[in-house]
Amino acid sequence: MRVADKGLIDRTRKIAFTFDGKRVEGFAGDTVASALLANDIRLVGRSFKYHRPRGILTAGSEEPNALMTIGTGAQADPNVRATTQELYDGLTVTSQNRWPSLARDVMSVNDLISPFLGAGFYYKTFMWPAPWWEKLYEPIIRRAAGLGALSGKTNPDDYERAFAFCDVLVIGGGPTGLMAALTAARAGADVILADEDTRMGGRLLAETETIAGQPGAVWAESIEAELAQMPNVRLMTRTTITGAYDGGTFSALEKVGHHQPRQPHLPLECFWRIVAKRAILCAGALERPIAFANNDRPGIMTAGAVRAYLNRWGVAPGKEVTIFGTNDDAHRTARDMVAAGVKVAGLIDSRDDAQVSGDFPVYTGGRVIQTAGRLGLENITVQHSGGQRIIRTDCLAMSGGWNPTVHLTCHMNGRPQWREDIASFVPTPGAIPGLTAAGACNGQFTTAACLADGARVAGDAAADLGLSVTKPDLPKADDTPYRITPLWHVEGKGRKWLDFQNDVHVKDIKMAVQENFRSVEHMKRYTTQGMATDQGKNSNVAALAVLADVSGRGIPETGTTTFRPPYVPVSVAAIGGPAQGKGFAPERYTTSHKASVERGAPMIEAGLWYRPSYFPKPGESTWREACDREVGMVRSTVGICDVSTLGKIDIQGPDAAKLLDFVYTGTMSTLPVGKVRYGLMLREDGHVLDDGTTARLGDSHYVMTTTTAAAGLVMRHLEHTLQVLRPDLDAQVMSVTEQWAQFSVVGPKSRDLLNGVLETPIDDATFPYMGCGAVGVSGVPGRLFRISFSGEHAYEVAVPSRYGESLYRLLLAQAEVLGGGPYGMEALNVLRIEKGFITHAEIHGRTTAYDIGMDRMVSLKKDCIGQTMSRREGLLEADRERLVGLRPVTATEPLTAGSHLYTTCTDPVRANDQGYVTSVCWSPTLNSYIGLGFLKNGPDRLGQKIMLIDQMRGVRTLCEVVSPVFFDPDGGRLRG
Amino acid sequence: MAKLIALTPGAGLLPVSAGSVTLSEISADRLTSVAPFKGQDKAVGAALKKAGLGWPKPGQSVTGKGGEVVWFGMGKALSIDADLPDLSGLAAVTDQTDGWALVQIDGAGALDVLARLVPVDLRALGTGGTVRSLIGHMTASITRTGDQTFRLMVMRSMTQTLVHEVHEAMEHLAARG
Repeated sequence: MRVADKGLIDRTRKIAFTFDGKRVEGFAGDTVASALLANDIRLVGRSFKYHRPRGILTAGSEEPNALMTIGTGAQADPNVRATTQELYDGLTVTSQNRWPSLARDVMSVNDLISPFLGAGFYYKTFMWPAPWWEKLYEPIIRRAAGLGALSGKTNPDDYERAFAFCDVLVIGGGPTGLMAALTAARAGADVILADEDTRMGGRLLAETETIAGQPGAVWAESIEAELAQMPNVRLMTRTTITGAYDGGTFSALEKVGHHQPRQPHLPLECFWRIVAKRAILCAGALERPIAFANNDRPGIMTAGAVRAYLNRWGVAPGKEVTIFGTNDDAHRTARDMVAAGVKVAGLIDSRDDAQVSGDFPVYTGGRVIQTAGRLGLENITVQHSGGQRIIRTDCLAMSGGWNPTVHLTCHMNGRPQWREDIASFVPTPGAIPGLTAAGACNGQFTTAACLADGARVAGDAAADLGLSVTKPDLPKADDTPYRITPLWHVEGKGRKWLDFQNDVHVKDIKMAVQENFRSVEHMKRYTTQGMATDQGKNSNVAALAVLADVSGRGIPETGTTTFRPPYVPVSVAAIGGPAQGKGFAPERYTTSHKASVERGAPMIEAGLWYRPSYFPKPGESTWREACDREVGMVRSTVGICDVSTLGKIDIQGPDAAKLLDFVYTGTMSTLPVGKVRYGLMLREDGHVLDDGTTARLGDSHYVMTTTTAAAGLVMRHLEHTLQVLRPDLDAQVMSVTEQWAQFSVVGPKSRDLLNGVLETPIDDATFPYMGCGAVGVSGVPGRLFRISFSGEHAYEVAVPSRYGESLYRLLLAQAEVLGGGPYGMEALNVLRIEKGFITHAEIHGRTTAYDIGMDRMVSLKKDCIGQTMSRREGLLEADRERLVGLRPVTATEPLTAGSHLYTTCTDPVRANDQGYVTSVCWSPTLNSYIGLGFLKNGPDRLGQKIMLIDQMRGVRTLCEVVSPVFFDPDGGRLRG
Repeated sequence: MAKLIALTPGAGLLPVSAGSVTLSEISADRLTSVAPFKGQDKAVGAALKKAGLGWPKPGQSVTGKGGEVVWFGMGKALSIDADLPDLSGLAAVTDQTDGWALVQIDGAGALDVLARLVPVDLRALGTGGTVRSLIGHMTASITRTGDQTFRLMVMRSMTQTLVHEVHEAMEHLAARG
């Protein structure tokens, strides 16, 4: 029900939205919660486990009950707190965890059998038979219990990620935060003031008290305006600081598009990483409920929330309001209600000595012992010093006191400390380095004290940063002391709810203690109290107080569980930000990309690079047809392949040769200028790191080639070698991978083709096998290397990348004249398997030079990384799994990579495993499937039969063990 | 004989604009990395100075004859269009002209756009200040070239991703109004 002349809403702007399909109206400035209450809608959700009817409990992000799904379809956003969702035209709000409707929910049968569903029920009931848990019990339980569901569709919304830096981060824009920000800003600090609300003010927006003679909200507005004018201040509203991390880093969730209809490109949320030299926590306090029987009916709210709805949104949450409190603060609710003309049917104060006066019945020494009303509160039963009575009421405002919002101070494992006078926990100083708590979250419970604390802490922070501080005058503000005598739960028949979001009540805690889960951490796990998105905001202190009570210990002795990040739920989409779709990883394109795509080549990812898989021709219906043709083409005429993705590292310096000798197993210092040599690199542990070729371009100038996948790894390896292992070496390494576009020209006609584009023709004398040098390529200075990864007479020609596309297209045109053309990764793979050349399929991190038959390449005439370790016992034993070739006895029987090898007639079990297969292909050259693999004693078993078994794909193929070099074993073709 | 045709990394991709911010390609004729050999820092610095340039301190760019020399990581600098003296024997000098994409982001919102992509406080850079950092997932060199202008450099092959990511951040920011 709206109350005239109250609230900070704009009554000239009506906003219509739907709640469970029904049209509801509110005003600009409303939240979904305030608009629902204004329309007398009290039942808004069903509880997690028992499907109990629930209403709005709070007026902030701590709301445990009023969780809604906002939007529909792929854009549906579950578990949004109705208390923080702003209204906008066309907003669609749907209640959760009920079927078929909120009022008639089939699963509320859970509530009837609740005595069987208490804490620990699952553990005891669903123990047996064990396999049923995953297949039967868990799916059923998950269906019955839970909150909102994801749409299961790809989220089309935009999300943002951003970084911010400041001197002072003020967390929370209530009276403390405003004063802190003002003090730090006036001292010249670079200030960020963040608050999760739509405007600054905190509790001042919800109370009737005055500051400096003005209404609190007006004062807050004036300070916000002053701060907004200052160039050194950034005001971040709708921004919740969600976590505190190392190095003064804080995470924050900013709602950017949540409060308005979708707009193109407007992100829904922005996830910030804020690095602050100092942080001031001004997060305020959260009011705690009291645990009494059936304290969860719609219409029962925290007392502060009832005031907030009245004072901020002009809504009376009931026609006949009752108040049940343990402290003086609760009295404000009665006074504000009466002042607004709302009937107060009674104020129940649990303290015998409470001093209350007002135009309403007062029950001191009172307890609410029972409530009634199926889908909403109808009456309460009160026991007080004068007896027992039933009071008709549709709204009960309860206050068990206030808990400082210490959450962030626990994020780095800090534990808060108990303060008896306010019956609550306060932050332990220093729990987060650089962060100081001030105001209500530090246990200062009057506005005057908060203002003073904010100014003091900010002054200290600014002074600490070397700024000169003038403390602002403190405006006059309310200084009524906060008096409390705690009451945690009221004895009586019925469930007394503690954690509304996880459906945990007092008896569950008693059960935990009974089962000897007495530690507060064990109690939490046993009952699920304080778990998940709620993080115990409403229930932690009360729950452990009950635990202390039941287990006969004091509260400080019992301790508290702590709070984890994030403070409010953060969607994974927000954390991921723009790193979805194309933003997931950079795409690296070669200069030939466009030309390959134009020819219809499917592109495959190789690291971050995109490379052509094969180049289909008309009439070819499978990749294999294209691949076989490309292999034949290369072996008979000439093929072109972009190999720019291979890592290229320029190495210069007086000790360049020494560096290479140290990182390669072979000797590079003896390589003549103008020659290329194959090299193998080991890790420190003696296993193979990478392989490639190195060309000597000058006396102290080399260029190293790495595999595509290990380019970054090898660069790091070289940097590490120079900086850490051999700082004595005078050499410099620099990546030139991107500088050069490099193309393989492969096949018997490769030289004919090249001589069509080179300015000076080459022959065997000027460019023998493994020769290299500078060449002119159609008017451009380039480099030519005579190397081969296919066993054919082949070259790699390189030009600066800007000419890459042009050269690639030229080479293709020329190749086609000679009956050749482009080939892709599939053909490249077949060509190298036919020759027994290894890739990272073979040097996968667990193989040694010995395993791949290259142990003779580990020179013992000099030291190199991994040399000593490669000679360890066990790494040179003959029965290791070593590289062999495999050929099916029947040529057309397939081999599959990943399958294992067994001696024929043995069971295919682990103990009989003889090895595994790493690379396979159909060889059009040999008209047979062929493969490479690792076999125990492999090279000594040539000619033997071995059974290849792929249990995953159901393949069994009898193979012959052969040399890994299937084609042209003496290399005649290489030399042309 | 046919002559090869040159294409810039951003050919067909740039410029793009959104809100107050424009992203455009910078044309550079010569990029050269310079990495002094052991004990040659001073000699390299002197040679550069004599040539009207200088060796940049970490995080700095030195502007001089024809172009500039930008700090490019530990013990490395990148000369952009500068007339380098002969440094043979003093430093590893490597042509990088085609290795990098150079783009300029310009406009009132440039800092805010970069705050969405770069995890360092670029407000702290004066004109001529430079960092090696990340743009999204890409390693980059970022130099402040003016009050509202930055030069962004990523590896050439990632130009398309650079344009995509910066443009998206520009659009996000512009949509906030």
